[in-house]
Amino acid sequence: MTSEQLAAGSILYLDNVTVSFDGFKALNNLSFVVAPGEMRAIIGPNGAGKTTMMDVVTGKTRPDEGDILFAGHTDLTKLDEADIAELGIGRKFQKPTVFESHTVRGNLELALKTDRRVFNVLFGATRADEAERIDEILETIRLKDRRASLAANLSHGQKQWLEIGMLLAQEPKLLLVDEPAAGMTDAETAETAVLLREIAKEQSVVVVEHDMTFVRDLGVKVTVLHEGHVLAEGSMDDVSNDDKVIEVYLGR
Amino acid sequence: MSGLLMRSLDRYAVAFFVLLAAVAILVPLANLTLPAGHPLHVSTYAVALVGKYLCYALLALSVDLIWGYVGILSLGHGAFFALGGYAMGMYLMRQIGTRGVYGHPELPDFMVFLDWKELPWFWHGFDQFWFAMIMVVVVPGLLAFVFGWFAFRSRVTGVYLSIITQALTFALMLAFFRNNMGFGGNNGLTDFKDILGFNLQAGTTRAGLFIASAIALGLGFLICRMLVRSRIGQVLIAIRDAESRTRFLGYRVEAYKVFVFTLSAAMAGVAGALYVPQVGIINPSEFAPANSIEVVIWVAVGGRGTLFGPVIGAVLVNYAKTYFTGALPDAWLFALGGLFVFVTLFLPQGIVGAVRQGWGKVSRRKRSGDEPAKPASQAAE
Repeated sequence: MTSEQLAAGSILYLDNVTVSFDGFKALNNLSFVVAPGEMRAIIGPNGAGKTTMMDVVTGKTRPDEGDILFAGHTDLTKLDEADIAELGIGRKFQKPTVFESHTVRGNLELALKTDRRVFNVLFGATRADEAERIDEILETIRLKDRRASLAANLSHGQKQWLEIGMLLAQEPKLLLVDEPAAGMTDAETAETAVLLREIAKEQSVVVVEHDMTFVRDLGVKVTVLHEGHVLAEGSMDDVSNDDKVIEVYLGR
Repeated sequence: MSGLLMRSLDRYAVAFFVLLAAVAILVPLANLTLPAGHPLHVSTYAVALVGKYLCYALLALSVDLIWGYVGILSLGHGAFFALGGYAMGMYLMRQIGTRGVYGHPELPDFMVFLDWKELPWFWHGFDQFWFAMIMVVVVPGLLAFVFGWFAFRSRVTGVYLSIITQALTFALMLAFFRNNMGFGGNNGLTDFKDILGFNLQAGTTRAGLFIASAIALGLGFLICRMLVRSRIGQVLIAIRDAESRTRFLGYRVEAYKVFVFTLSAAMAGVAGALYVPQVGIINPSEFAPANSIEVVIWVAVGGRGTLFGPVIGAVLVNYAKTYFTGALPDAWLFALGGLFVFVTLFLPQGIVGAVRQGWGKVSRRKRSGDEPAKPASQAAE
């Protein structure tokens, strides 16, 4: 397939993306393609460029070189975070980041897909269909009976789920999830894998993760990053048998 | 919109308005109707003093709106206050007319003194009250808009933003000290005679200014309250708590910040405009960086992010200042410093926060067994 064809049929397309910080190449000719509806796991040792990859896709960092296309045609390198979020790319941070002084419900309300311009937000109130949507999400993220609690009072795992719920409320076409299982108990980790698989039925998801058991639980195609470029790609079994991967990552 | 108004007026807000209205009516009344010897008589000096506190309270409110709810620590709000004050001062100067020392029909005394032949372009229009009042809001608002546009778009936050707001007010102070800026140099603007034809020294005029300050404070409080209770207020708090999360949810954080910063500066301008006729002078020392820092102390003492707190803090700290500078002039700065240390260590939420926490504990004890206790901050809402 030519690169045009590859790009046209994809939800996310990175081609030869390079980012350097003071000469250090955080991303070095990184290329990979995520198909619509696909869930992809990205693994790699510390400093492999996983978080930088998320930064360039969501507009936080501008790449020095390379193309990033969303849904086959929108060039993400020209847009800022708010534009990219509006397009339908949601991002979950590594450290759970929720609005602690708002209730669980309030957090979801803020994330709902609505007009976000200042003066249209000024006197808005929550509509009935929005309330219904919030209930649905609360169900999905298992926080139905915590809806009135302040987000600050949730456990670490619950905050992670709330943040995922906020991304769902945004109705993104593509979700980028950074280490969702970090700091979770084993039970919570397993639950999170189930949650992500549920979400992946409707959205494309890219998961960055360290936890191998968790990635195995997800059971999806894996991209291994190393020093800012793709080292191997394939099923978890394939990549864990790859000599290069064993050498730089799994073998240690 | 009306729903929002109702939501903004809970019993605490209503109590605030009742108290403010009582002050607005009783203080001028006790000054104008009771004879000087009467035990409840309020001296004209005291009216002007409390009127000044009300202006400070409005200034503190404007700082709380951006610091308490959006997390922008402005250490330069004194600049917006002073600009509003200068706009009012320019109107009052033009009202002097031929009654100045030099009796020039158009030029204020200091311009005659500097041997200027005609009015600088930016002094035109200030002979009209309505024009001056528009400028009271527009000049600080515009400066805040331009400043905010550049600062927030460049993602300047935290300490760096605080430092450039200090630089802003310091630069303005130096500029206004220069005689050829055209604002009276280090003497500033003073010797005002009347406002809208009313003699500024008259008790009734002072009462009128006092009431106007109380109304401005009430309106400012209502606007802030409605804003923070509205959906936009939820976004502002979200920005304060997790700015990048808000950004990645698709909110254009800088637009929200510029909007609130501008609104806050305009409020500070109104406070300055009401302050100047009551104290009778505006000079560049109002731009002093220390003034802006003092405002932040009022807010911290009263309770950041509460709206009630800054009003209480401004009045209390300034009352203490009046008292100390009279009784123990040398002790004031130590007292202020000590107060700030005390509040930071023992009342991190300020007076209002501490009261809420105490109240939350009491009401929780009363209801124990009924329902799971809500956190203190919610229980007090």
